[in-house]
Amino acid sequence: MAATAGWEHFPHEADIGVRGLGATIEQAFEQAALALTAVIVDPASVVPKEAIRISCEAPDAELLLVDWLNTLVYEMVTRNMLFSRFEVHLEEERLTALAWGEALEPGRHHPAVEVKGATYTALMVARQQGGGWLAQCVVDV
Amino acid sequence: MDLGLFEREADFRWRIEPFGRMRVPGVIFASEALLRQMDAKVYEQVTNVAMLPGIVEASYAMPDAHWGYGFPIGGVAAFDADAGGVVSAGGVGFDISCGVRTLHTGLRLADIEAVKERLADALYHSIPAGMGSTGAIRLDGAGMGAMLRGGARWAVERGFGTAADLERIEEGGCMRGADPAQVSEQAKKRQRDEMGTLGSGNHYLEIQLVTNVFAPDIAAAFGVQEGDVVVSIHCGSRGLGHQIGTEFLRRMAVGATQFGIELPDRELACAPIDSPLGQDYLGAMRAAINCALANRQILTHLTRETFSEVLPHSRLPLLYDVSHNTCKVEEHNVDGKMKKLYVHRKGATRAFGPGHPDLPAALRDAGQPVLIGGSMGTASYILTGTERGMRLAFGSACHGAGRAMSRHQALRTWNGRHVVSDLAERGILIRSPSMRGVAEEAPDAYKDVSAVVDSAEHAGLARRVARVEPLICIKG
Repeated sequence: MAATAGWEHFPHEADIGVRGLGATIEQAFEQAALALTAVIVDPASVVPKEAIRISCEAPDAELLLVDWLNTLVYEMVTRNMLFSRFEVHLEEERLTALAWGEALEPGRHHPAVEVKGATYTALMVARQQGGGWLAQCVVDV
Repeated sequence: MDLGLFEREADFRWRIEPFGRMRVPGVIFASEALLRQMDAKVYEQVTNVAMLPGIVEASYAMPDAHWGYGFPIGGVAAFDADAGGVVSAGGVGFDISCGVRTLHTGLRLADIEAVKERLADALYHSIPAGMGSTGAIRLDGAGMGAMLRGGARWAVERGFGTAADLERIEEGGCMRGADPAQVSEQAKKRQRDEMGTLGSGNHYLEIQLVTNVFAPDIAAAFGVQEGDVVVSIHCGSRGLGHQIGTEFLRRMAVGATQFGIELPDRELACAPIDSPLGQDYLGAMRAAINCALANRQILTHLTRETFSEVLPHSRLPLLYDVSHNTCKVEEHNVDGKMKKLYVHRKGATRAFGPGHPDLPAALRDAGQPVLIGGSMGTASYILTGTERGMRLAFGSACHGAGRAMSRHQALRTWNGRHVVSDLAERGILIRSPSMRGVAEEAPDAYKDVSAVVDSAEHAGLARRVARVEPLICIKG
């Protein structure tokens, strides 16, 4: 059964939760990444001009979600970029992805906050009752 | 929080009897009202920490405790290496050595009123704030290593501040035992452009007015009087600390089973102090402490430069610099014997009492200044450590107000521009690159810092010295 892809934020006392939903686990990871961008800026303001390649490996899907989001945090800071489009491929314990975005321009993007890292709090990667996938965790800002 | 879960040991002290795998009791210091407001997750996290190997006395939480990662924010726990004790990356947090420093200015309110707007604009121009802002210093490999070993001392040697600053910083401005070799290339790269930057979120630089003095004798020793203008800087170890936190949290979470440690929560990620992983973390974490101290020292220098342009006769000596996300080796009295302990303070401030040998001579009789940051637009406090506090929670106190409302909810409730204009009407100038950030940090999104500080004083953790209110806030 096809589930609608989407993302949302959920409350955490000090920080903020990111949640991705999708028909596949890959889609849920892509949506979680969009939710991560949305913590910082309006994703619609980020033009998907250039792509970078990302890969990571972890012993289980939940750790892999944290690694994926933390790799994006690292790439955002060290490349001074924001990302708004994602294509994720999963093979067992390995994730490869393309992330499209553009250079951060504070005067145009007005970033609200920088993300320090993805955490293991409220961490979950699971199949939902309707058949879709959910991928979520709290990020420290 | 359900008060039925606790035994009320005293008016501001609530105990959780050990049950299940808890090795020691849990203790929360708070008024009944603050405890009621606390998230039930704090109870769960305090009891989880009490299960960790080698924990000594109790798993403590300060009056501003809230739901953290593994450890509660506002959590204090000490471990004994000889009893299989652990060091925990989750017990320190992502923003290693995030902290507050306060500078005197020698100015009174009347001295700055005429130049307030100019000062706000000049500080906003000179202090890199918010995501994507960069500092003026670029460090090569050798420079990075020297900074990670030297901390604020490194910064002073390069002309950022004076030697007199160093004795007003915990550890004399330089954390011993830092091992830059344990800091990954990624963490160093993440720091490349971030030396001397404020960051974002709840980090700020504030010009403040001392509105009340509660303990005139201590205030005199601190050099603080009602009507004084002071500067406070709240920030941490920037990208380097965040990356170290991220990497070691993962290594410890994955590695815990190899040490036979059963984690009630993955985020309690820890390793025995005496293990190679534990030692690697301590070396990297101490390097991050030095990064935070160097960062606050550079920001201090930028602040002094700006003040000297706008107010040429001002001088800005350092009152004190505290860190609130650390694990430090300290000697404490346990059952009548002095013991070397690894004290984790996660969103908690060291608060050493009078006479402690680690305090500089000028402050030794008064106790350690404990600098409590409020939220944007609300009061902050200067406290002092007490002898009694040394016996309550290893010489620790609260660190701030703590959020009362999630960012999510704050964003739906307030508009950044309205927050800025409302505060301007009250005489508080806000300068920030992000109006959404301002909305998320709106004053009413935080708990009442006065209630937190009152609880800390009544519990005996620290004593109130002075209250300050913001005049100008540079918000990251």
